[in-house]
Amino acid sequence: MAEKKTLTFALMDPPYESSRSTTALRLIDIAAKRGHTINVFAYEGAVALPFAKQKAHANAVHGRDEAAENHPLPRDWIAAVMQEAERNGGKVDWVNCGLCVDERGVAEAVEGVRRGSPADFWKMASASDNTLVIPTR
Amino acid sequence: MKVLQVVETAYRATLEEQDDTIIWLTHAMRGAQAELDLLLSGNAVNYALVGQDASGLAFGEWRQTQPPRLADDIAGLIKKGVQVHVVEDDLAERGLANAHLVEGVGRIKRASIPELMEAHDQVWHW
Repeated sequence: MAEKKTLTFALMDPPYESSRSTTALRLIDIAAKRGHTINVFAYEGAVALPFAKQKAHANAVHGRDEAAENHPLPRDWIAAVMQEAERNGGKVDWVNCGLCVDERGVAEAVEGVRRGSPADFWKMASASDNTLVIPTR
Repeated sequence: MKVLQVVETAYRATLEEQDDTIIWLTHAMRGAQAELDLLLSGNAVNYALVGQDASGLAFGEWRQTQPPRLADDIAGLIKKGVQVHVVEDDLAERGLANAHLVEGVGRIKRASIPELMEAHDQVWHW
């Protein structure tokens, strides 16, 4: 069995603006499937990724109602990777930068997300086998 | 652990944020005893120039009273013990080879970046 690692990711992009956050969550999902311990520091726009009030919608252009459209919500993806990690003996510790949350008014987050600061990011990175930052470009 | 922060993307919402968010992050983590150095590359080399003035933002009667002061923020990092480097080749490509830089900023040739990276445990490229 592969050795369990602790990995830290720093994300910056807001939802629905680029593919970087989707790519990051795909990497996190792979790590979760392997039971690694995962830390995420969401910085700037990325704090809106787990925003609890994201809402699915119908899409008239696609000709589908809300149920059929099954519109992707990053908050659901985050909840899913958290569950996946737990199923495999791992864990996702998701920290939202508190000041970034305040300036965007996105305090309501899905369960398991906590508020923190750059000091938490440093603490997580220091205790990890490696850290990957995925910044906004 | 010692980390090299490489800032390449420049002026990312600096007026809204009143700073560069990664320079700010570096300040905040340094305050939490983080061991960090900074390399400014690409357009971010401009952060090291003295004489920047981002004041004057106004919408209707709203006025920005605290604009970003990036050179001061760089100087502040140096004061906190963070080594700050700029890529000399990136300065030259932008016509800034002889620009007046914040005191304490080191110029490094692009070819020497691997050695700088080797001197750190991790490299975070922003």
